[in-house]
Amino acid sequence: MSQNTEQKKEIIRVENLTYTYNVGMPDATTALENVSFSVQEGDFVGIIGSTGSGKSTLISHMNGLNRPTQGKIFIDDKDIWEDPSKIRQVRFQVGLVFQYPEYQLFEETCYKDIAFGPKNMGLDQTEIDRRVREAAEFVGLDKALLERSPFELSGGQKRRVAVAGVMAMEPRILVLDEPAAGLDPEGREQILSQVKEYHKKTGTTVLLVSHSMEDIAKYADKVLVMDQKHIAMYDTVENVFARAEELLAIGLSVPQVTKIFLRLRQMGLDIDTDVYTVPYAVKTILKAKARKDAGQDLHTLAEKQEGGAE
Amino acid sequence: MLRDITIGQHFPGESRVHKYDPRAKLVMTILFIVMLFLASNPLGLALSFALLAMMYGMAKIPFKIIVKSLKPIFPIIVFTGVLNLFFITGEGEPLVQFWFIKIYAEGIRFAIIMACRVVALIAGTSLLTYTTSPIVLTDAIEQLLRPLAKVHVPVHELAMMMTIALRFIPTLIEETEKIMNAQKARGAMLDNGTLKERITALIPVLIPLFISAFRRADELAMAMECRCYRGGEGRTRLKVLRFTKQDLQSTIFCLICFAIVYSTRFLFPGF
Repeated sequence: MSQNTEQKKEIIRVENLTYTYNVGMPDATTALENVSFSVQEGDFVGIIGSTGSGKSTLISHMNGLNRPTQGKIFIDDKDIWEDPSKIRQVRFQVGLVFQYPEYQLFEETCYKDIAFGPKNMGLDQTEIDRRVREAAEFVGLDKALLERSPFELSGGQKRRVAVAGVMAMEPRILVLDEPAAGLDPEGREQILSQVKEYHKKTGTTVLLVSHSMEDIAKYADKVLVMDQKHIAMYDTVENVFARAEELLAIGLSVPQVTKIFLRLRQMGLDIDTDVYTVPYAVKTILKAKARKDAGQDLHTLAEKQEGGAE
Repeated sequence: MLRDITIGQHFPGESRVHKYDPRAKLVMTILFIVMLFLASNPLGLALSFALLAMMYGMAKIPFKIIVKSLKPIFPIIVFTGVLNLFFITGEGEPLVQFWFIKIYAEGIRFAIIMACRVVALIAGTSLLTYTTSPIVLTDAIEQLLRPLAKVHVPVHELAMMMTIALRFIPTLIEETEKIMNAQKARGAMLDNGTLKERITALIPVLIPLFISAFRRADELAMAMECRCYRGGEGRTRLKVLRFTKQDLQSTIFCLICFAIVYSTRFLFPGF
């Protein structure tokens, strides 16, 4: 997926973005400093960073909720703040799902709540209906639930309704801030794989903020690492997780399974460490086993770096 | 934005004004208000402003913030000023006479005094909230009102309610901003539109806000219950208010200043 990035069209470009909260007040704090990057159309970008690194501030700039103190944001090569009165059009193009989005539900029925965005876009009734039903299907919401009040639903279901509410606007870029926070492992898996499915089927560009290295490794093609108001790394998943020491240095981590392989190598086993997901780990182990069966000694490293092993 | 609300905001600091015993500070603020109304002569007002300027300087609160806190009440100041301008009648000839409007020199004088008085009033009371945290302030109110408990006024409960209300203002502001952003992201028109459009646009903000307020109330009640909260009886404090020698000095200083301002009325009646 990441090999043919060159041919893809650039959709978002952020140039020298700086943002300061409470400008001119004694408690002015800079949340972002000189951030520049671009995203290609159809990419699935994971955004990671420790708390307070500026992730949330960054994504709220994508659809013009925050106005940059300095710098510019381009969508399709057009400055989104060129005409501030048209910022609403930008918000229809860039759908933003906040953390704990279930707290934004307000309508009497789930159907109406999902239809809120499309209705604000001024679409006609049949188009709204199509979009609501499609979005509900993408997030795996049962049809019978559409006519129920969102407040009767369980936490996970509410979350789906809220995500569907943004998907129904059919934005070209979907930005999600920790969509799986606070859900049980099964719920996490479901909601994230639904987002991935949505990304594959519609070709929507997705930006996913997450704390979980496993989730990023599993779903994203590229990773943007934020550290203290700056972008620390922005590269493919393989390249970013290959820099495990740097990630650990800025208080982040690598997927659990990668840690195991790094440790194995430290213990002297000649094995690849570019392993980020469990299925790939299985493959790598099988490959190593095949090499061993073929008579190759996998412990060659152990002699070279004595003392590194336990 | 909502963030810009400064009335009732607290600016932590280490100055003498900050550290002054909140009970005394509260009483002194009330005395200051009373004094403002007693000293209605220009000299008295000028001295009050000087006193305020000194206090703000000691508390190291930037001038910008005072201006910002006065902005929302600017219409009120203008309104009272204009009202006085038109309705005060003087002895001499009116300066301006137009249809039923007559403006006298006394009217102008009184309008200016009135406007200055309102500004001093706001600036003075703001200083109290700027330099005292809401929690400490309600503690002070509770202690000052304690005698009323003898006549079965639920002083502790009232103070607790006030503390909770004050404590949740920033939380709810933050929450409102989050919800507003979430609805704006779905294309809600909160920044523009006609009055009617804006009112209907508030529904998607207010409903989630009320629901979350109820949820928070529920959670807080549960948390208090878990800590065996049983009202004020027999509760001790983590931070006991102590009236120190420094506080006594500050109080005497304030009282002397007030006395000077008040006495200008008799010493220099012409000003």
